[in-house]
Amino acid sequence: MPVKVARAEPEFVPGVRHPLERWLRTDRLPHIWCSGCGLGTALSAFLYALDELGWDPDSIAVVSGIGCTGRVAGYLKLDTYHTTHGRPIPFATGLKLAKPDLHVIVFSGDGDLFAIGGNHFIHAARRNMDITVICVNNLNYGMTGGQLGPTTPVGALTTTSPFGNFEHPFNLVHLAASAGATYVARWTTLDGRRLQKAFVEALSHKGFTFVEILSPCPTNYGRRNRMGEALDELKYYREHMVIRHGADPKDADILPGKPFLVGKFVDLEKPTYLELYQTKAREIGGG
Amino acid sequence: MSELQERAAKLWKVPKGYIYVLEEFCKGCGFCVEFCPKKVLAQASHFNDKGYHPPEVVDPEACVLCGFCERICPDFAIWVEEEGKGDVS
Ligand SMILES: Cc1ncc(C[n+]2csc(CCOP(=O)(O)OP(=O)(O)O)c2C)c(N)n1
Ligand code: SF4
Ligand code: SF4
Ligand code: SF4
Ligand SMILES: [Mg+2]
Repeated sequence: MPVKVARAEPEFVPGVRHPLERWLRTDRLPHIWCSGCGLGTALSAFLYALDELGWDPDSIAVVSGIGCTGRVAGYLKLDTYHTTHGRPIPFATGLKLAKPDLHVIVFSGDGDLFAIGGNHFIHAARRNMDITVICVNNLNYGMTGGQLGPTTPVGALTTTSPFGNFEHPFNLVHLAASAGATYVARWTTLDGRRLQKAFVEALSHKGFTFVEILSPCPTNYGRRNRMGEALDELKYYREHMVIRHGADPKDADILPGKPFLVGKFVDLEKPTYLELYQTKAREIGGG
Repeated sequence: MSELQERAAKLWKVPKGYIYVLEEFCKGCGFCVEFCPKKVLAQASHFNDKGYHPPEVVDPEACVLCGFCERICPDFAIWVEEEGKGDVS
């Protein structure tokens, strides 16, 4: 990058605050994520959404599993749970059932939610459990050194697929939609304001809602797949993403070097688990 | 008081407000520099304590205060403020 010389002399100002600071445990910053990791961008889009919603922070709980994405829980000045690997959805389900007025959000990685935790995901979606699941999909297990996961694209190089992945990966948009999610969107970390809108919509929507964020993992995915630096991963998104709201989830596969779909795929109303439970309880005279 | 508040940020005046850079938080990814639609920023030649090149403002007059640099930064290291209005993002 060409080095230019600053034209204006900056001033030094102590005590200034980043606009998102009220949501962050600033004593833990800077965070541990690598240079160019998309997780900080995904987190900040989520916090702009919380700003926009204007909810009482005490009415929000964020649950994470294990992984680089799982670290989100530790940086939020909110009630958060950093749970065991794969289990944020069961924890979130318990929270929601015990305290139905809480806004419960799961923020976790593709491996956590769809490998070890895949069973929990499909059943929470099937039941239309009233929680929002946010998945940062970096196409691999970032934290443990870049192993192949259920979303790793065909042909991709990982530490456990050194000759290229030959397995069929999950299309998360299609999986969420077929399992019963009532709101499904996918964006990339380049889409800050669209992501904010998707979070606002998903969090305000009744029932099981799902937002997938494609995010660069330069340390373990980008470099190994000769995508270059994080900057090049973002340029790849810019060149390959196609916005198509209401597209058929089946068409949302992610294939290396091919265009991929982003947008809002599902937005529908359906009775939630709690509503059905209450109806049944009344029916049998217990409610 | 949090560490963030104790740290001093660099501030540049631009036509509609201000750009702040908290150099210690920057990890030099270059996102803000690359994706600024007006090419207001460039990587500085100096290093921060962690050995990264933080951004600096090289064309203040061109800034339209769109806030994209703030949105894309993964490290809460750059943000903008509208004159008289606080945060614009
Ligand atoms: C029961 C159990 N099995 C395996 C692990 C090791 N482990 C930690 S994080 C992780 C995968 C994380 O991948 P992902 O959810 O995609 O998060 P990322 O780091 O990519 O954000 C694994 C397998 C563990 N911590 N616990
Ligand atoms: S290993 Fe990947 S996902 Fe984890 S912090 Fe680094 S870049 Fe981010
Ligand atoms: S606010 Fe917009 S125009 Fe100004 S420096 Fe940031 S990205 Fe560039
Ligand atoms: S986007 Fe943030 S971390 Fe990256 S170079 Fe700019 S200020 Fe530094
Ligand atoms: Mg992952």
